[in-house]
Amino acid sequence: MNEPGVSEARAAYLMRRRRRARNIRIVQVGILAGFLAVWEIAARTGLVDDFIVSSPSRICSTLSEMIADGLAYHVGVTLFETLAGFSLGAGIGLAVAAALWWSDFASRVAQPYLVVLNSLPKIALGPVIIILAGAGTRAIVFMALAISLIVTVLEMLAGFRATDPGSIVMARTFGATKRQVFFKIVLPSNLATLFGSLKINIGLSLVGVIAGEFLVSKAGLGYLIVYGGQVFRMDLVMTGVILLSVMAAGMYQAVSALERFAARRFGG
Amino acid sequence: MEMLRVEGASLRYQAENGEITAFEDISFSVEKGEFLSIVGPSGCGKSTLLSVIAGLLPATGGSIFVKGERVRGVSPHIGYMLQRDTLLEWRTIRSNVLFGLEIRNALTPDAVRRADRLLETYGLADFAQMYPRQLSGGMRQRAALIRTLAAEPDILLLDEAFSALDYQTRLAVTDDVHRILKSEGVTALMVTHDIPESISMGDRVMILSARPACIREILPVDFGAPLAPLERRSHPAFGPYFDRIWKELKQDE
Ligand SMILES: Nc1ncnc2c1ncn2[C@@H]1O[C@H](COP(=O)(O)OP(=O)(O)OP(=O)(O)O)[C@@H](O)[C@H]1O
Ligand SMILES: [Mg+2]
Repeated sequence: MNEPGVSEARAAYLMRRRRRARNIRIVQVGILAGFLAVWEIAARTGLVDDFIVSSPSRICSTLSEMIADGLAYHVGVTLFETLAGFSLGAGIGLAVAAALWWSDFASRVAQPYLVVLNSLPKIALGPVIIILAGAGTRAIVFMALAISLIVTVLEMLAGFRATDPGSIVMARTFGATKRQVFFKIVLPSNLATLFGSLKINIGLSLVGVIAGEFLVSKAGLGYLIVYGGQVFRMDLVMTGVILLSVMAAGMYQAVSALERFAARRFGG
Repeated sequence: MEMLRVEGASLRYQAENGEITAFEDISFSVEKGEFLSIVGPSGCGKSTLLSVIAGLLPATGGSIFVKGERVRGVSPHIGYMLQRDTLLEWRTIRSNVLFGLEIRNALTPDAVRRADRLLETYGLADFAQMYPRQLSGGMRQRAALIRTLAAEPDILLLDEAFSALDYQTRLAVTDDVHRILKSEGVTALMVTHDIPESISMGDRVMILSARPACIREILPVDFGAPLAPLERRSHPAFGPYFDRIWKELKQDE
């Protein structure tokens, strides 16, 4: 594979691949830069109303103002709430899915409830959640949990159920207990499902947190966005949205890194 | 010495749309070190019979004895190999081979050494740290066999264990497996659809009827000398055995 004497065709192939990867990156960055440039120019020439859509330069100055004015606190609050909702959703979701895989009876009982809960717009429960959990961090984390939990359960359960029955029979021929079947066959063969659902989960938790912050309105990026909207400071709203997308991308990358680590660890 | 005795075993599946009798009143016994081939029409209950012998399914009638001991639940004396190799893709070959021992909490240094010796003897030592997807079909099947043998079964059950392989690989692998089983002194029961395979590997061939399966005949196969499967295939006595089994099986059509 990586012998010292690489053939000419192989060198050319590697070169082509590298060039292609670089070109993809150049076009990606180009699109972003082009978008920002058009936005800025349109705002400056008055083609669009920069009071409403803001502009990259206004966002930059808002951002530096906000950094001086305790932005880190709001980012920290949102990040903490999202991570809390995400970990709870993933942990509880995994445990519930495991329990439902374990007991066919329980899973049949739960079936109609899962279906209804899954299609129910959980945000509609916002006011109830706030009354139950108090208008604070607890309610917001709860909201994130409500939004991400059922999806995780359904995804993981579907994955568990689809585990190759041949592998399970093989384990049983060695006398494997149900617990061994779960930890040595079902769980490891569902690593891809697990991380797939974690990736969806991180986005859903963020949705829940922002919805919660809209309602509770005390701190966090969701609060800043609502506040900006109320006082007609669209720069603030846009900056908040951009910070949110950076945060979402960062967390997604973190889950991907974890997945690569797990894949290496378990040889996936 | 008698290794396995099946006494009047029967199995009836209960399904929503009725009862299905897979086999009824089957009795036979197998001596230590013997190789018994099992042939029968498709769907007659061969796989079910192996599952019952392995203790994966409780018989609905009769009883099974391994080394004189009645089988209740999965028997540790029995190794079972399925049609697909079911190697776990996230484990290396060595870790796959140790899987059965791990499940049984029997990863003693002795057992591990034995497994390594099996890998060595049967030409997989160089692949021990590789993953199943890096091996050819024949090598994977050999790895699956070693995984089964590493748990030191007294009886090996093979359910069409070679039918996923291409013809040429299959001839080579059956030769390998036959040699491995004979040198490890393992008693084996092999279900197959392939009449030549049943004759080339078996010391006896058990012919089953259509469902519900019962034993039509247990045919001893004798070539005068212990021959490898490939040598048997070119022996003059091979053809007559084939015709005999073929005729028995055709009675069901
Ligand atoms: N879990 C089950 N529940 C109900 N009926 C079953 C079940 N498994 C198998 N059967 C039925 O029992 C009969 C025997 O099945 P089995 O798989 O043992 O046959 P087989 O001889 O191995 O077939 P093949 O040659 O196709 O492998 C079939 O008619 C099948 O439909
Ligand atoms: Mg079968």
